[in-house]
Amino acid sequence: MATLRKPTEQMQFILATDVGSTTTKSRFFHRKEGEWRFLVAGEAPTTVEAPYEDVTMGVQNAVREVEELTGHRILALDGSGIVIPYDGRVGVDLYCTTSSAGGGLQMMVAGLVKSMTAESANRAALGAGAIVMDVIAKDDGRQAYQKIQRIRSLRPDMILLAGGTDGGASSHVMEIAELIRASEPKPRLGVGYDLPIVYAGNKALRPQIKDLMSKDFALDMVDNLRPVLEVENTEPARRAVHELFMEHVMSHAPGYTKLMKWTDVDIMPTPAGEGMAMQLIADTYKENVLGVGLGGATTNVYSVVDGRFVRSVSANLGMSYSVTNVMKEAGIENIMRWIPFNLEEEEVSSRLMNKMIRPTTIPQTLEDLIVEHSVAREALRLGLAHHRTIATRLKGIQLERTVADMFDQAVEETYVKMMIIDIIAGTGGLLSHAPRRIQSMFILIDAWQPEGVTRMFQDSVFMMPHLGVLSTVYKDAAWSIFDKDCLVRLGTCIAPAGTAEPGKHVMKVRLEMPDGETYEEDLSYGEIKLLPLPERHDAKAVITPARGFDLGKGSGHAVERTIMGGVAGVLLDARGRPIPLPEESSQSREVLLNWFEALDLYPEEKLKELV
Amino acid sequence: MVDKIRRLPIFGEVFVKVGDAVAYDTTVARTEISGEPEIVKAAKIIGLEPDELPPYLLKQIGDKVEEGELIAYYTAFFGLMKKRVPSPITGIIEAISEVTGQVIIRGSPVPVEVDAYIPGKVVEVLPGEGAVIETNAAFIQGIFGIGEERHGKIHIAVDSSDEELTADHVKPEYKGDVLVGGSMVTMDALKKSVDLGVSCVVVGGVRHDDLTTFIGEEIGVAITGQEEVGITLIVTEGFGRMRMSQRTFDLLKSFEGYQASVNGATQIRAGVLRPEIIIPHEQGLERSTDGALASGMIPGTPVRIIRQPYFGAIGKVTFLPIELQQVESESHVRVLDVELDDGRVVTVPRANVEIIEE
Repeated sequence: MATLRKPTEQMQFILATDVGSTTTKSRFFHRKEGEWRFLVAGEAPTTVEAPYEDVTMGVQNAVREVEELTGHRILALDGSGIVIPYDGRVGVDLYCTTSSAGGGLQMMVAGLVKSMTAESANRAALGAGAIVMDVIAKDDGRQAYQKIQRIRSLRPDMILLAGGTDGGASSHVMEIAELIRASEPKPRLGVGYDLPIVYAGNKALRPQIKDLMSKDFALDMVDNLRPVLEVENTEPARRAVHELFMEHVMSHAPGYTKLMKWTDVDIMPTPAGEGMAMQLIADTYKENVLGVGLGGATTNVYSVVDGRFVRSVSANLGMSYSVTNVMKEAGIENIMRWIPFNLEEEEVSSRLMNKMIRPTTIPQTLEDLIVEHSVAREALRLGLAHHRTIATRLKGIQLERTVADMFDQAVEETYVKMMIIDIIAGTGGLLSHAPRRIQSMFILIDAWQPEGVTRMFQDSVFMMPHLGVLSTVYKDAAWSIFDKDCLVRLGTCIAPAGTAEPGKHVMKVRLEMPDGETYEEDLSYGEIKLLPLPERHDAKAVITPARGFDLGKGSGHAVERTIMGGVAGVLLDARGRPIPLPEESSQSREVLLNWFEALDLYPEEKLKELV
Repeated sequence: MVDKIRRLPIFGEVFVKVGDAVAYDTTVARTEISGEPEIVKAAKIIGLEPDELPPYLLKQIGDKVEEGELIAYYTAFFGLMKKRVPSPITGIIEAISEVTGQVIIRGSPVPVEVDAYIPGKVVEVLPGEGAVIETNAAFIQGIFGIGEERHGKIHIAVDSSDEELTADHVKPEYKGDVLVGGSMVTMDALKKSVDLGVSCVVVGGVRHDDLTTFIGEEIGVAITGQEEVGITLIVTEGFGRMRMSQRTFDLLKSFEGYQASVNGATQIRAGVLRPEIIIPHEQGLERSTDGALASGMIPGTPVRIIRQPYFGAIGKVTFLPIELQQVESESHVRVLDVELDDGRVVTVPRANVEIIEE
């Protein structure tokens, strides 16, 4: 629970940290002339492992960097932590933190039917910021002994058990519960405490669940997450997961008991903070958002579509620790297809293996940078594909189908369609550190293939988790900093969906710039063009797609929009959807080079040397 | 001195005490993990509602049962209809559910032991968990490995750190040995090593394709050590053809004929774990390198470059500019200047070098 030491309107300084698995990042915020702004950042290695085994050391080191850069003392001289509140000379008024150190929150999830309650439980756990280690269900295709072996081999931080609607299935739900109990799962962080378990299933079974589980587990029972088949109510389960995370998991991680006393707000798993930030964007703009945290070990994808928030985590898709898993899952040929020059497959795979075993190295050469950007496209593509398996319509409900639907036999499972996404937002080292902003914008476009008119944002210096946790207690400050210092406006992508023969007309774009100047562009199939429109400037656009191409209003129908400018600009993408890349590698390289040159994506001379 | 913590996964009994001398295979601690449970759907087998089951149970919670022994028996129609529920395993009845009609039988406990892994002396006992073993030894850390803990006699199979370890180098007399190659191990050499019972191969590099073929799957995330491939492989430099660091090669050569404990287990995540070669010996103590490492990089510090375009090059730090500098990729990063062994001075990101321990 948050206990603020000062009313928010009187606050002047806020400190937020993220205790990551390798680095602890501190961000220092200040209210100046009534406006909250980001001041400086500090970083230090996380100290969760031996020989330190106390995360507060890393936090103090990261905060000390802030002190050195600003001359503003924050830490108590006696080492007792952070001085709160600010007394006019030292300290801050609010301190909050997220954490993913030591592997974050790792959960096992169980439900009755794989595509119904187990799927809802999975979404609830993911939404709470967890890495889901496995989903157990009655119909998951495994024999009881296989499930038992699996549960015994996992060492989760917590279990979420669902199953049955209220007053619905009971004995099958109890069978799953008995199977879990018989497997005697052990908590990851030591053997000296009871494993937390959240029960969010058929409420009629609560007495039996209590009899079965309360002796050996730290049991919490909350409202059913599928009270009826037509409703998914993940919020009570998500809240319980957060509370148990603080009470049982964090309190057993090295140094966290101390850190919990320093903070004014409950410690939140890093992805939950990131998710809050994505929701903040959606809430503020009242639009559909697709976001990503492309990290070294994991890729988190977030969607907020018509107000429904869903997070997915691909635990083994990432740009350093997991880079070879991207290669394994995507296939080396899919990475190679984004490289516009000749490199042997074995050379690329060796480089990626070497990156994986030395994950902190960075690309020095342009060639290496382009290889990493190619991997990023595939990690993002796979991350979104995974997200779409989670962001699905509720199953088990009778679908109402119209006559028009009769001709369309397959009912698409996911509702995350690129045409309805208004905003794409990215965070993570590779995107934030891209030497040219257009690179991160183009990587996101190639990977996710936005359709229609899509605004694109990215995190400036990794502070989305910090602002996410801050937004839970002080939304105005969080948004002010978010808007002015965190969200970099990359620009807008205008991309009609459709396909055609090369050279065929795709769209006509008329842009009226803020200074009154107008641009008129005609684009043919396969072409791509970048128009400059600075950040915080808008242009009025009339875009007329050719027949067979759609910008959201149907084939050939023009749209009028206000277009957001950005550090990269307005990207007119007439490559159609899906983006066509020739099968033959020399042709594919030529096509890529044309695109790269059209956008001035990389230094031209160096790129020519590589080709 | 090298310390190794030998710890059980759960609490158990420790058999050694401080001061005890231990060998590779001395049992340090032992415990039992509770047996696997077996779930028997007794009510369903008989065809009853769960709450009707109790009168037909022949065993109660806590009772021992043998495999095949009846746990429930049902007769009807004057004995004309009989249904038997035998126990699928030997164990103890742990639970009987009136909600589901399931009977849970817990199997016999599974013993787990931890051995000393290195010969040496017990310097600390971790009550109920294990012990710390200390030995005077040379310690070499690899960068990536596969395969479990083993030990064997060190044998240098090649003439130089730059030479490939081929099948011709692998001979029957190396059975049980730790075989040291140079820049790379070929697929044939790996297979022959397994066939001849070589304990471990230590080499500078390995081709990604060869490793995939050898272990039967592509490595996705580096969490290794559990592979059952009949050998432990330790790579000291990286993937591809990579000359073994001369210092590592010379050190291994100076201990040729010594017994070594090796472990290929690698975990490149939080709590990083790298493969290791521990060579216990009686020679004088070498100075620890901790002090040199703690002081960080200064002009003169010997480093190895660990990324293109100078991957594998060795040199000495000459300059550490404070300001960020732009490199070829156009990134602005902290860099350092290194004078390579061939006299060239190159600028590289600080993240792309590692300090060579002297």
